[in-house]
Amino acid sequence: MTALAAPVRQASTEATGKAPGVWAVYRWELVKLRYQKRTYLGLAASVLAPLLLVLAINLRSGAGHGDAFAFSNYLTRSGLVVPLVILLFGAIWMFPLIVALVAGDIFASEDHNGTLKTVLTRSLERQQIFAGKMLVAATYAVFAIMLSGTVGVVAGSLQSGFNSLQSLSGTIVSAPKGLELVYASLVVYLIPTAAIVAIGLMLSTLTRNSAAAVVGTLMFSLLIQLIGILPGMGGAQPYLLSTQFNAWQGLLRTPTDWVPIIRALWVCALYGVPALLVAFLVFIRRDVAGG
Amino acid sequence: MSAPPIEVRGLVKRYGELTAVDGVELTVQAGDVYGYLGPNGAGKTTSLRMMLGLIRPTEGSVRLFGRDPNATVRALDGVAGFVEAPAFYPYLSARRNLELMAAYDGYGASSRIDLALDTVELGSRARDRVGGFSHGMRQRMGIAAALLRSPKLLLLDEPATGLDPAGMRDMRRLIRRLADDGMTVLLSSHLLAEVEELCNRVAVLRRGRIVYEGTIAELARGAGASYRLTTTDNTRAREICLGQPGIEAVSTEHAHIVFTADEPAVAELSRALVEADVLIRELAHQTVTLEDLFFSLTEGDGVVLDRPEPLVVERAS
Ligand SMILES: Nc1ncnc2c1ncn2[C@@H]1O[C@H](COP(=O)(O)OP(=O)(O)OP(=O)(O)O)[C@@H](O)[C@H]1O
Ligand SMILES: [Mg+2]
Repeated sequence: MTALAAPVRQASTEATGKAPGVWAVYRWELVKLRYQKRTYLGLAASVLAPLLLVLAINLRSGAGHGDAFAFSNYLTRSGLVVPLVILLFGAIWMFPLIVALVAGDIFASEDHNGTLKTVLTRSLERQQIFAGKMLVAATYAVFAIMLSGTVGVVAGSLQSGFNSLQSLSGTIVSAPKGLELVYASLVVYLIPTAAIVAIGLMLSTLTRNSAAAVVGTLMFSLLIQLIGILPGMGGAQPYLLSTQFNAWQGLLRTPTDWVPIIRALWVCALYGVPALLVAFLVFIRRDVAGG
Repeated sequence: MSAPPIEVRGLVKRYGELTAVDGVELTVQAGDVYGYLGPNGAGKTTSLRMMLGLIRPTEGSVRLFGRDPNATVRALDGVAGFVEAPAFYPYLSARRNLELMAAYDGYGASSRIDLALDTVELGSRARDRVGGFSHGMRQRMGIAAALLRSPKLLLLDEPATGLDPAGMRDMRRLIRRLADDGMTVLLSSHLLAEVEELCNRVAVLRRGRIVYEGTIAELARGAGASYRLTTTDNTRAREICLGQPGIEAVSTEHAHIVFTADEPAVAELSRALVEADVLIRELAHQTVTLEDLFFSLTEGDGVVLDRPEPLVVERAS
């Protein structure tokens, strides 16, 4: 700072331009994701899971005992089954973990870096910062699941062919119609995923610690599944968050079974909305000290 | 714009049992370079956090140009600054960090990025990740981020802390220059010497309470030349001192009379004493620095003043 001759006054050119909004937060949160390792960890898992499954199918059929196993038989008939199997098994911990990686971190990392005070002293209300971050966490979840599904469709079809699909009711669905059902399933899958995102956001604001929030979200998701298998808890099954991860299967029945999908909507709202509300209130009201 | 840049009334912040800020009253007028002084833990950062709307006051109010920063971020229009060490995203470059800030500032702040970087001489490091920056560079980044807002009021929490001597001098020059350009500045520090030549007004904070508020000149008057007088008849000498023009702040300490005066007044006093047949045993000039005064205000059971009484403190000299 020796070139002090430069006029600073020039900096005070009249205030022009617009007030910032949620869009600025959204855009820059996405930029920040692009520069963070965890973003790619989650996306890598989304891509690797279907690829590994296809690899397993490939090794099995290569070994020549493809027909020995009803399930692997089902898998090898159409590539469209691959993304659906990933949805089935991904619900246990993979997708909750992937979305928690970002949702659990997005507020807590500001505490970790001490940057909350930096962004909160600009021209954005806390509500706007919250909305931008929430939308980015949701965007990431949508992106990860759609990516995983798409990779599954492509890799599965390359391995087993873009063939017709047998529905859960036993009827045969044409390949194009099957593709439609796969993407519809991915969309329905986003309902419980959104609730997990909301819980991740809540833990992120409450714990102010990224690792705690990510692990906490995962633990929550696993505990809910445990409740389901406790003896005498069978009655609670339809209302557990984990059950909603199977709602998409209603689409694969003929006629379409809307009951689990409708239930997923309101049950997930019961989990997600309060969590989001807590996250919002905590973030709006909290003292930004330390860091 | 009639409302002053900063108006703080009855500000209190409690953390459980601890009262970090205890009834602070403060008015910073446009054009002031205001020193907010106090030792570690006095409550400077906590006060600034409340002024920036980062934490809610337990009691009392803050108004920036008449607006409440705890109600809306609009109150920070034309206001910028930082508390404690300025923090940035370590994985982004300096320029990207500033781009992000500017996007969050709006109002064309992004057009000021280059100038801000140049002003703090980080232009050549703009593409480097902030994660690798030294402490001094981060402090400068903090100033650059503040300048993006083209503020009328700058709130800086110990901006020179941790800088090397040259860095401190540069920081002082920069603040001087910003003030000359018309910015009102509130600057916290735990070193009086650091702000002495920079600030026209100071508040001294001790355990959350303001123990001195006034101009540096008033503070310096209390700290300036003081004299210690011992005579053959101190009672009579004291009366003469009290009646003598130019002899101020007369007090008695142990067996001495202590007062402040300039040299001609002292010369006149000695004549008056001799004429009254009071003989001088000792007339000693004692210097009390601002720093000494600061210590007496902020340490031990130092007298709590709400008026800037010229306070002369004797320290082992
Ligand atoms: N979030 C907090 N929770 C509990 N106590 C706090 C918190 N923040 C500050 N304090 C306490 O409030 C008091 C004032 O702290 P503050 O950081 O405002 O002092 P300071 O004048 O800025 O000191 P320094 O010169 O060391 O920066 C301290 O006793 C501190 O421990
Ligand atoms: Mg401090």
